[in-house]
Amino acid sequence: MKQFKGRVVVPGTCTAEALVSHGGFNTLASYQMALMFGDKQVKCGDQNNADIYKKPMLNKALCLPMTIGSTTGGMILYTACSMGKQPACMLFSEPIDSLAASGAILGDVWTEAKMPVVDMLGAEFLDYVKTGMTVTVKEDGVVEVE
Amino acid sequence: MILTPEQQALLDGAKGETMAKVVKTLVMYGDAFGAERMAPVTSQYGHTVISFGLKAIRPVYALYDELLDAGLVSGQKFTADPKPLDPKVPSSLLEDIVFKKIMYTDQKEYEQQLRRLGITSDDDYTCTCYLDQVGNKPGKGDVLSWAESSAVVYANSVLGARCNRNSGIIELMGSIAGFVPEFGLLTDEGRKAGWIVEVKCTKRPEAQLLGSAIGMKVMEDVPYVKGLDKWLGTELDDAACAYLKDFGAATASNGAVGLYHIDGLTPEAKEQGEALVREGAQIYVIDDAELERVKANYPVVWKDPEAAPQLCFVGCPHLTLSQLNDWTAKIEAALRKNGLPQVTVPTVFTASTPVLKEFEKTVNASKLRTYGVVLSYICPLMYMNNPLCKKKAVITCSNKLRTYTSARYYTEDEILDIITRKEAAK
Repeated sequence: MKQFKGRVVVPGTCTAEALVSHGGFNTLASYQMALMFGDKQVKCGDQNNADIYKKPMLNKALCLPMTIGSTTGGMILYTACSMGKQPACMLFSEPIDSLAASGAILGDVWTEAKMPVVDMLGAEFLDYVKTGMTVTVKEDGVVEVE
Repeated sequence: MILTPEQQALLDGAKGETMAKVVKTLVMYGDAFGAERMAPVTSQYGHTVISFGLKAIRPVYALYDELLDAGLVSGQKFTADPKPLDPKVPSSLLEDIVFKKIMYTDQKEYEQQLRRLGITSDDDYTCTCYLDQVGNKPGKGDVLSWAESSAVVYANSVLGARCNRNSGIIELMGSIAGFVPEFGLLTDEGRKAGWIVEVKCTKRPEAQLLGSAIGMKVMEDVPYVKGLDKWLGTELDDAACAYLKDFGAATASNGAVGLYHIDGLTPEAKEQGEALVREGAQIYVIDDAELERVKANYPVVWKDPEAAPQLCFVGCPHLTLSQLNDWTAKIEAALRKNGLPQVTVPTVFTASTPVLKEFEKTVNASKLRTYGVVLSYICPLMYMNNPLCKKKAVITCSNKLRTYTSARYYTEDEILDIITRKEAAK
């Protein structure tokens, strides 16, 4: 088990299975098909992201460097939160980007969803965590990986 | 963040609970980036990325109803991204059913919502709102509350306006409040480049390929691009602006670039030169081989990679008037050379309604129609956002469309060759 300390963007706690994207996470490309056609597992639709393409995202601890792509990204994340289709948490190795922050904050302020968000966990976090590992997020931004 | 007494009063509920939530959202957004204050929005118009009445995002329309019910509308008129439907664009009966009965069921209601919120006109649905014909062209230094990655990167880079890569919804909230948190690309420091890109190609690099390579490399950082002057010159004429429009869209969609500087050409680079480059900036050299490498690595996600193209989209982002004229001349020459009356692949050129209205005044509009090209205001990306299109062999010279859909990317010359060959090529 290894601990990492990041900055809390949206507070909360959770334990979930890790889903790791080493490249930028394209929110629109990842979510659009799943949201549009009611995919219950919310499988990733981004063909450019070999790490997580076609893998279920629902209730996973999404580990990523940042989000990329269209400025609908935050709106998509907000929609996922409104429909209960959000990841269990979002864990960024780098400082959070403006689109992900928008989506996470919109989800926090305007929906009932609970999706803790921690950023600045460092490159070592993304090197260490592997898809399928168990991740625990604590209130103070500490993330345990085992 | 330090708020003015007026802003604090809004946060405390002086104009109701919903307005307080709007301001709380903006404050949290600013806090995430260490913003110390709010900056007044100074542009005449806003721009929203959400232009589609998509059943899947009904929570967004519910939120907008909540805003309208609370009497909140945009403090500035705004333009919006392109519409997802246009009857002129070829589609099968099944696609029509999917588009109208399953996907964009809320389009009419959403357009009505946008009228109530403050859209400038029913014609102003385009990702190229900054073109003269549309008229939402901010000035240098204007602070914007926009969303649409290609428009934001153009406004920042080519026009010298100041706008972060805001998300849909957030941009409307900034326009409602009249202020946005001051961080990132709104600050002098945030506009400095963390990358120097040295372009060492032997011929003019394809705009959307160069942008893709840079976007994938620098991600959300600011690149300072050197070596383009030999092809683009040092003045922002129509050709340079069209190139930068397509280049920027690719940097923003293949990465997350919100601002780029082009040495000797874009306004801040002209004024400040390499003083815009941060100490310790990384260097990325791009030559012909690097562009070939990037292009060769694009995945082909067609069901049958050898399929003959069934549809071609040109114009993501929407074409400019000069691009429409250039394409008309190129297609005319290629068809004549190949002894063909019409293009051999169904082809759609997309541009804003105001640009199309100007184009209709020229002989080229009827020429293009004679050649079999459809002119549309549609958003190709929205058109292709359905599983049926995955089975369709769609080609494009847009790297943005390639990124978000199953469309296959070709350079503009390759597209011209494919759609004007005697037999639709495999």
